Parts: sequence; C-alpha cells; structure tokens
Amino acid sequence: MASRNNGETPVVSLRDIKKIYQMGDVEVRALRGVDIDIFAGEVVAIMGPSGSGKSTLMNIVGCLDVPSEGAYELDGQDVSRLKDDQLAAIRNHKIGFVFQSFNLLPRTTALANVELPLIYGGIGGRQRRQRAEDALRLVGLGDRLDHKPNELSGGQQQRVAIARALVNDPSMILADEPTGNLDTKTSVEIMELFQRLNEERGITIVFVTHNPETAEYCHRVVRVRDGLVESDERQTATAGIYAHGALHGAVNGHAPIAVKEKGV
Amino acid sequence: MKVIEAMRIALRALAANKLRSILTMLGIIIGVGAVIALMSIGRGVEKYVTDQFAGLGSNLLFIAPGQISEGPPTLRANPVKSLTLADMNAVGDRSLAPHVSAVAADFQTRATVERNGKSVSVQASATTPSYPLVRSWKTTTGSYFSQLDSDERQRVVLLGADTYKDLFPNGDYPVDQTVQVNGMNFRVIGVMEGKGGGPGGNLDKSIFLPLTTAQDRLFKQKNPNGEYKISVIYASIDDADNIPLAQEEISQLMRERRGVQYLDQDDFSIISQNDLIAVFGDILGALTIFLGAIAAISLLVGGIGIMNIMLVSVTERTREIGLRKAVGAKRADVLIQFLIEAMALAAVGGIIGVTLGWGLARLVSTLFGEFQAVVGADAVITSLVVATAVGLFFGIFPAYRASRLNPIDALRYE
Ligand SMILES: Nc1ncnc2c1ncn2[C@@H]1O[C@H](COP(=O)(O)OP(=O)(O)OP(=O)(O)O)[C@@H](O)[C@H]1O
Ligand SMILES: [Mg+2]
Repeated sequence: MASRNNGETPVVSLRDIKKIYQMGDVEVRALRGVDIDIFAGEVVAIMGPSGSGKSTLMNIVGCLDVPSEGAYELDGQDVSRLKDDQLAAIRNHKIGFVFQSFNLLPRTTALANVELPLIYGGIGGRQRRQRAEDALRLVGLGDRLDHKPNELSGGQQQRVAIARALVNDPSMILADEPTGNLDTKTSVEIMELFQRLNEERGITIVFVTHNPETAEYCHRVVRVRDGLVESDERQTATAGIYAHGALHGAVNGHAPIAVKEKGV
Repeated sequence: MKVIEAMRIALRALAANKLRSILTMLGIIIGVGAVIALMSIGRGVEKYVTDQFAGLGSNLLFIAPGQISEGPPTLRANPVKSLTLADMNAVGDRSLAPHVSAVAADFQTRATVERNGKSVSVQASATTPSYPLVRSWKTTTGSYFSQLDSDERQRVVLLGADTYKDLFPNGDYPVDQTVQVNGMNFRVIGVMEGKGGGPGGNLDKSIFLPLTTAQDRLFKQKNPNGEYKISVIYASIDDADNIPLAQEEISQLMRERRGVQYLDQDDFSIISQNDLIAVFGDILGALTIFLGAIAAISLLVGGIGIMNIMLVSVTERTREIGLRKAVGAKRADVLIQFLIEAMALAAVGGIIGVTLGWGLARLVSTLFGEFQAVVGADAVITSLVVATAVGLFFGIFPAYRASRLNPIDALRYE
C-alpha cells in the first residue's frame, strides 16, 4: 500500500495504543495495542461488535482522551501526552466531531451553533459569521441559518452538526455512528454529503458504524475486536461504488457489491 | 473579546430561564432592596434630626439635674437635688461664668388646657421672661410675657402653634381670650411660631407661662427651702468656640453651689447640641451595624441560592459543557462562562434590589412627609459591587466543577 500513499506523512499515526480503565480492582483493557495509519483524503469505517473499543479508539484519535500507553502523532505532532487545554486547542484546530445524537445547543440558531468552534478559535465579527454561513451553505442549509434545532428535522440537524465540524477547516472529521439516529433515506443523504465533502474538498473522514451499507461508502474498513485491530481492508474504489446507482441500491436494500482487496 | 463572548453566552442562558433566574435573584433582591431602603430612610431621618438639633441653636447649653446617663429623674432611686432660680442667676452672672451671655429657666410638666369645653393635654413650660431670647424663638401673634408680668405673677399664657389650632379651630384672634389651665383661668397673650417636632417632643403642643405664676399658684413645685424647682436651665454662650470653656466654667460653679465633693461625680449635666448629635450618632451607628447584619445574612442566603442554582445548571448542561469542550473550549473558557453567569445573576438582582429599595424609600418619605429619604450613590455602588462579589464567590465552586468535567463523560451524560 506504500505506493498508494507515496510515503507521505499520515494524518493519524497510532503505534501500539493501549487504553486501560481502572474500575476499582478490575482493569478494563479497552484497547490492547492498536496500530493504524490514516492518510489525507481517506474515508475510513471502523466496525466491530459492541464493547470492542471503537468509541475508545475514536476518543483517542479525536484527542478527547489520551492513551494509557503508545504513541499518537497527529499531522506529525506527538499528541499522546498533552494536557487538557493543549488537547482542547488541537481539537479546535484539527478535528471536527459529528455525534450520533447531533449535540446541538438547544434554543440556539443553526448559525450560532456553527459559530461555536470559531468562538473558541478566537475568530470574531464578520469573518466568523461569514465562515459559518459558508459552512451551512456547503451542507445545503443556506436557507435555514436562523432556525433553531427544534425547528429542524433530524437530517437537517445532523447537517448543522456537519457544518459545525467543517467550519474550522479541520484535518479530519470524526463521526461516531452519525446515522445511528436517522432513518434509511436520511442516512443515505448524510452519507452522500460526507462523500461529496471528501470528493470535492479532500476531507479526511473516520466513521464508526454498525451498518455495513454505510461502510460501503468508505475506502477502507477497519474491524476491531476485543481492543485489537482484527482486519484492515481497503476497498478498491471503483466508480460504481460512489455512483448514484449505488446509492439507490442502498436505499432499496440492495447493497452494491464492493470489490474488496485484503489490506496489509 | 473572550469575556464579551462569555457575557453574551451567560446572559442568553439567564434569559432562557427567566422565571428561575428571577427566583434565584430573590435573596439578593430582598437583601439589597432592604439595605438601600433602610439606609436611605436612616439617612433621611438623620438629616431631619440633625436639622432639628441645629434649630436649637449651636451655642446653647442645657443644664439639667442629675446625670443623664442614669435615666430620667423620676426613675432614680435617690431623689435628685433639683435646680433653682438661684442656680440660673449664678450661671447668668458674668463675673462667675464670663462666657455665658444669657440664661433662661424652664420647669416642664403636663397640664390640661380648656376653652369652650374643648380640652387638650399639653406640655406646660413655666419659664423666665428670657426664654424666647435664649431659644431664639419668636411669637406669631402677641408677645412673650415681660419681667413685670413675671414679677406680678400674672395669669398669662402663650400657646404653641398646635395648641392654638386645637383650641381655636376657627382661627379666632386669641389675644385676651381666656383659657383654663388645670381649671384656673389664664389670659392668652400670644402664640409661638411653629417649630415642628424635635428632641423632647413636639414643642408646638405646648403652653408657656411665667415660672413665678406657675410655681406660686398652679403647680406649686418648690424645694424644701421654698425655692422654685426648675427642670432645665438654658445658657446662651457668646461664641460657639467657647462652648467647652463655658461648660467647664458652669461645671465648676455648679459643683461649688451644690456642694459636690472633690472626686465625686457631678449631680447635674451640661449638654451641648453636639452632645445630643453625638448620642444620636451612636444610635444611628447601632442601626447601621444592624443593617449591615441584615445585609450580610440576606446576601449570604442569596449567594447560597445562586450556588445551588448554578450547580443545578451545571448538571443540566453537562452535555453542553461536553460539546463546548469537544469543539475547543478550554477550562478557563468554561470557568469564565459560569462565573459570569453567577455574577450576572447577582448583579441583575442587585440592580433590581436597588430600584426596589429606592422606590420603597421614596414611598416612605411621601407617606411621612416630614423627611426626605436620601439615596446615596455610595450606598448604591457599594451594594452593587458587594452583590456582584457575592455572585463571584458563590459561583466559583459550580464554575470550577463545570470546567473540570471530562468531555467524554459529559457528552455521554443523559
Ligand atoms: N470510562 C470508562 N471506564 C471504564 N470502562 C470503560 C470506559 N469507557 C469504556 N469502557 C469499557 O471499554 C470497553 C470498550 O468500550 P467502547 O465504548 O469503546 O466500546 P464500543 O466499541 O464503542 O461499543 P459500542 O458499539 O456499544 O458503542 C467496554 O468494555 C467498556 O465497558
Ligand atoms: Mg461506541
């Protein structure tokens, strides 16, 4: 696979990452030595049974948490031993989050929700508003700027969340089951949006998903079991996978057939 | 920049929960309101009373039997040797007390005055003719009795302004009319100018008659030697600067006259207007401490209320805090946001309290008319600063808790 990435620096480089939770006398080994490299422009699905450590892994990749052991380099910077506030700054500049339950601020307009990361990034005034508006347009909500979350559908709310994740121009977007609370049709629309953002803007995206159909939108599927990487498969990106035919197939319950290639 | 953002966020959060915010502020509102109202009324009263004392004349000394610290003469175990006219004459003698320019004597008791079957209870002041001069008090109708009236023990009387209104409701010309004082006929010769209430009761509800007439014919209050009893001697001092000197002179003189032994305490009191103001100042000082205690307690209660609501708010908004941290809020950002929220609660409560207290003070001064409540800028600023500081203090713990939340746990919180 080296040829594919031409020796460039990965966005994410995990080496022997371990996460151990101490629950009284019991040690919970949520991650037991994970090595993953994610390169710019990749769309990666992380799959695995419940309790396998997917969310734990995402939290570490998203700099919400630090590993108990191991090294993590984000954009070439070692972030595995940073303090809370340093992690907050990294999250602000390099990472956009999309959550299963949207996590928008209630009673707050779409625009204000999207402005949030810019506030903590110290960007003010016209520029902040402009960038938030641009992000909302990009996700197709240019006409819903002043709507509050309770005035938006689930799919629209998740689009606002995606705009919020995009607005700071992050190195990657992390999405933990982003379609988990959405119906099939809306899920397809959201996945389509992610796919478009990746194709048009080259944004790196990492998903956690239980849904094999969602995984079909990804270049690569990492399977986790018991805190270890079980398999790491790249799917050969044939035109068909990202074509509309594939999307309709997904809607109709006929998953498109991906040509799989065993990862290294 | 960051602080302005935090203020915007905080105010929006408070506005989103208006009823709860108001209820939370209630402790602060009541505390600040009560303090502002009472303080303004207190100052109004102080100004009013000080003006009253000032009306007594700044270079006037009162000489009364006994020590005032022992309470009123009637309540004392040992009868107090009363003052006499001879005492007054001695005090008025320039060779004995060079700084005293004029003296007057006054014997005060309750009396009943009647006219045409209408009867009122008043304070009777039996005085020497020099009384209006020493008290710098004029008549509006007629004139005060003369030395001759006094020497001849004439049954003449002057009415205080209110007594005149009570006895002459139709505004009849009073001079040469007859009234009954304790059942004895007296001829009215004048009406005193209105003075309003003052220390020692409302002087307008009084009558004034010659000491000689009163003690020989009416009250018959004499000491065992047959000398007239006197309640108080007024001494005018030539210059306000000489008051301490004059006090010393009179004290020496009176001790000698009354045979007070060396080292024994005076059995009389010499009181200046400043002494009265000082006593009143002590009372006000106690009142201020009392007010301070009320303020401290209500602000404490208000502060605990704020802390309570802020803790609830932090718990309720755990997910919001988690999200803010996930998108890049640092600990300080969250800390400042919640601190400002707590301070805004307290400050807005303080502003409402000041407005309320001010309104209350205005209401009281309109109702009682006699004095004007004084709302001082210093009181307003102090209470706002203190209220905000209370918000800050009681906001620290909840805000610190919020700032320490782990974003992962916070985002997962249901
Ligand atoms: N804060 C924690 N304290 C203790 N144990 C934890 C903590 N967080 C996760 N774990 C444990 O670590 C393991 C992995 O949890 P994780 O949430 O990563 O699973 P997951 O793969 O995301 O599961 P799911 O698909 O159900 O979301 C589980 O056994 C879980 O109980
Ligand atoms: Mg999970």
